[in-house]
Amino acid sequence: MSDAISFLAPRADVMARRRQIVADLADLLPPECLVSEPRELMPFETDAFVSYRRMPLAVALPRSTAEVAAVMKYCHRYGIPVVPRGAGTSLSGGAIPQKDAVVVCVSKMNRIIEIDLFNRAAVVEAGVTNLNISEAVSADGFFYAPDPSSQLACTIGGNIGMNSGGAHCLKYGVTTNNLLGVKMVLVDGTVIDLGGKGLDAGGYDLLGLVCGHEGQLGIVTEATVRLIAKPEGARPVLFGFPTSEEAGSCVADIIASGIIPVAIEFMDKPAIEICEAFAKAGYPLDVGALLIVEVEGSEAEMDDMLKDIVDIARRHGVSTVRECQSATEAALIWKGRKSAFGATGRIADYICMDGTVPLSQLSYVLKKTSEIIERHGLRVANVFHAGDGNMHPLILFNANDPDDAARAEAAGMEILKLCVDAGGCLTGEHGVGIEKRDLMRHQYSDADLAQQMAVRAAFDPGWLLNPSKVFPLEGRQPA
Amino acid sequence: MIDLCPTTEEDASEIIRAHAQAGTPLGIAGGNTRSSFGNAVTAEHRLRSTALSGIVAYNPGEMVLTARAGTPLADIEAALAESGQTMAFEPMDHRPLMGTSGEPTIGGVFAANVSGPRRLISGAARDSLLGVRFVNGRGEAIKAGGRVMKNVTGLDLVKLMAGSHGTLGLITEVTFRVPPRPKSEATIVISGLNDAEAANAMAAAMALPVEVSGAAHLPMTVTWTFLGNRLPEGEATVLRIEGLPASAATRAEKLASAMAAFGPVARLGEDDSATLWREIRDVKPYADGGPRPVWRVSVAPSVGHQLVAALRLETGVDAFYDWQGGLVWMRMESDAEAGLLRRFMAALGGGHATLMRAPASMRAATSAFEPQVDAVALLSARVKEKFDPAGIFSPGKMG
Repeated sequence: MSDAISFLAPRADVMARRRQIVADLADLLPPECLVSEPRELMPFETDAFVSYRRMPLAVALPRSTAEVAAVMKYCHRYGIPVVPRGAGTSLSGGAIPQKDAVVVCVSKMNRIIEIDLFNRAAVVEAGVTNLNISEAVSADGFFYAPDPSSQLACTIGGNIGMNSGGAHCLKYGVTTNNLLGVKMVLVDGTVIDLGGKGLDAGGYDLLGLVCGHEGQLGIVTEATVRLIAKPEGARPVLFGFPTSEEAGSCVADIIASGIIPVAIEFMDKPAIEICEAFAKAGYPLDVGALLIVEVEGSEAEMDDMLKDIVDIARRHGVSTVRECQSATEAALIWKGRKSAFGATGRIADYICMDGTVPLSQLSYVLKKTSEIIERHGLRVANVFHAGDGNMHPLILFNANDPDDAARAEAAGMEILKLCVDAGGCLTGEHGVGIEKRDLMRHQYSDADLAQQMAVRAAFDPGWLLNPSKVFPLEGRQPA
Repeated sequence: MIDLCPTTEEDASEIIRAHAQAGTPLGIAGGNTRSSFGNAVTAEHRLRSTALSGIVAYNPGEMVLTARAGTPLADIEAALAESGQTMAFEPMDHRPLMGTSGEPTIGGVFAANVSGPRRLISGAARDSLLGVRFVNGRGEAIKAGGRVMKNVTGLDLVKLMAGSHGTLGLITEVTFRVPPRPKSEATIVISGLNDAEAANAMAAAMALPVEVSGAAHLPMTVTWTFLGNRLPEGEATVLRIEGLPASAATRAEKLASAMAAFGPVARLGEDDSATLWREIRDVKPYADGGPRPVWRVSVAPSVGHQLVAALRLETGVDAFYDWQGGLVWMRMESDAEAGLLRRFMAALGGGHATLMRAPASMRAATSAFEPQVDAVALLSARVKEKFDPAGIFSPGKMG
């Protein structure tokens, strides 16, 4: 466990009342919806950013908006911090609790409330998993577009919290572009509805503000999401290049040519080897970097687009072009890519960075990244969404060696600063969470951050909601 | 009315600081072509972005353009056309409908979150906006977002600025996504459907894997106004397909054969298709220079025609539909009938009705935007206070 990033000191008055708080919560929730025994709290002490852990005071597992509202109202009244949680798959520590916090976990709220194909919308509770939505409408020829790698487990509530992306957002956008409305509980227990099945709402775009709020503005309990008709067909194609630089510059040229594939995914040699060993996806092992380019449409349309893409790739020295011959092969190609994090976890501990850079800077940032990694004596595997410049260097280290872990964290921070300096940002889809909180001043001026915190205060003036996250602890305005 | 047109962001800050200290209201405008969008503002001074002009950065390979807020939209469109790129959200030109003149600015497009027919699949202006610079009510220059397509760093103030109609600050610079312009387009026309049948046809079309990028229904009362009265006679339900030439042709073919089940199908070529959708975008039927009230109503696509049918039992209303039936443009016979419209809309599941045009007396008596429930109105007021503590920006504009 690391301790480079500090949490807010627990509120002593809250800690002192722990027993009473648990007893009070037990009046609001049935026994199966409240966790307070230390042994049972263990699964909630961290998320997918496992280097940090904090045991929460209690975990509430409400079954309805009304129960969420009751818990929020209670916590607000007594000044108890609340940390919202979906499936706990955050890679930035967004769902890591703190000792004086009640975790409000929406995982029991997993009903699909309505599928409305006429209006191409689904209304779901916040604990429904991302993949469940697509599965529920697949037979009717629809899907929900954002597809984070953790889509099997992650909840739509968590996706909204982090404005999650995925491999296919190059064409379809991220969560915020596919979200029509939410029901949410404010810090004092007030329930509001934002948006709906109509496209444009009047007034300030609070829905847009709430998407990506990282649990700072309230707890989303229901979502109305946009469904899209599935394309006739989709075909991922593997392009192998001698070096990462050649693959990187090919990406910008594909985009500049006027073709927008549904996805352009990048893997460097270490990533290819790790994923191939795990998924047996048929990735070529004799190349320095790989692009997975996916196009959509009818057979003829895909042939057309691929012909142009192959021409561009040739100009960048592509050494292998492999079109898959069957749906099974296509599924394997994506299985390999989407299991990249899991597969990496089998061979080493890793931390995953998430900076985004302008496409013209891809090759430069890749080169600089490897220099940083070498200087720290570490290894890295790069696997990321190249079409939108969203980098995911996986920095490999040994968690049992504190020195190794510290160097990995330091290298990660350097890489993120590199992304910002190259004209990009700290995080493209994983969120700031606790991980990148202290780098926020590298991207934003004091006035920029103060404006964001002021808006936050319009929702939660007492800093009760996920208070250790997103904004640096120093320089916060008092309530 | 005195127009203040700063040439730098620093000058704008200074003007705003002075007004905040004195508590003097300050209208915010760009080219002033959408000035009647929202409630009327009474301010003696108006801060305009027009002298903050010019494209700052444009690299087509990144599909991103940065421009100062006062840059004329026409300049942006010209630069994009040269590189074969476009604004996916297809911003409407409000001049014909509202009877305004002048040059629309790119800042105004985003401040009013202006979109057009392609909003149905490509999102609104706010979905393409990646970053903004603005001066808040304390005179501080603030940066939000950035110039990359994926960015979840901190709270998304970019969305908040889009559609804030100059009530949160003066936008000084915008960075937005500019995807390739579709290389070809075609439109199929289904004739003779009533509003309800058209809603069914459009929903069926949107469920097909052909990527319909425009779905509108033009009832008999308005068809003559389009393409110089060259649409087939009667009601016209129109569906647009865009993309690479061969692919668009194939998909249009598929769509046409599927839609034959609903009624007689005709095809429009490239030029007619482009003209038709521009006319739909700019609300040609009601760009009549007249005084009759015009509403822009956003509801669930299935609700649009039901709302119009219900209103027709009570009052005179002419209407046509975009966004698969979910965007209803309504011209009222005489009174705006705000109460009636909003009551019926609420009964049908809710939505947002915006009064886009009306005589001054009617505008003064009617909230231009849909009134919000108390909790949301309170939250919005608190947000506004965080940007503009002195309450000087465009007082009353958003209600």
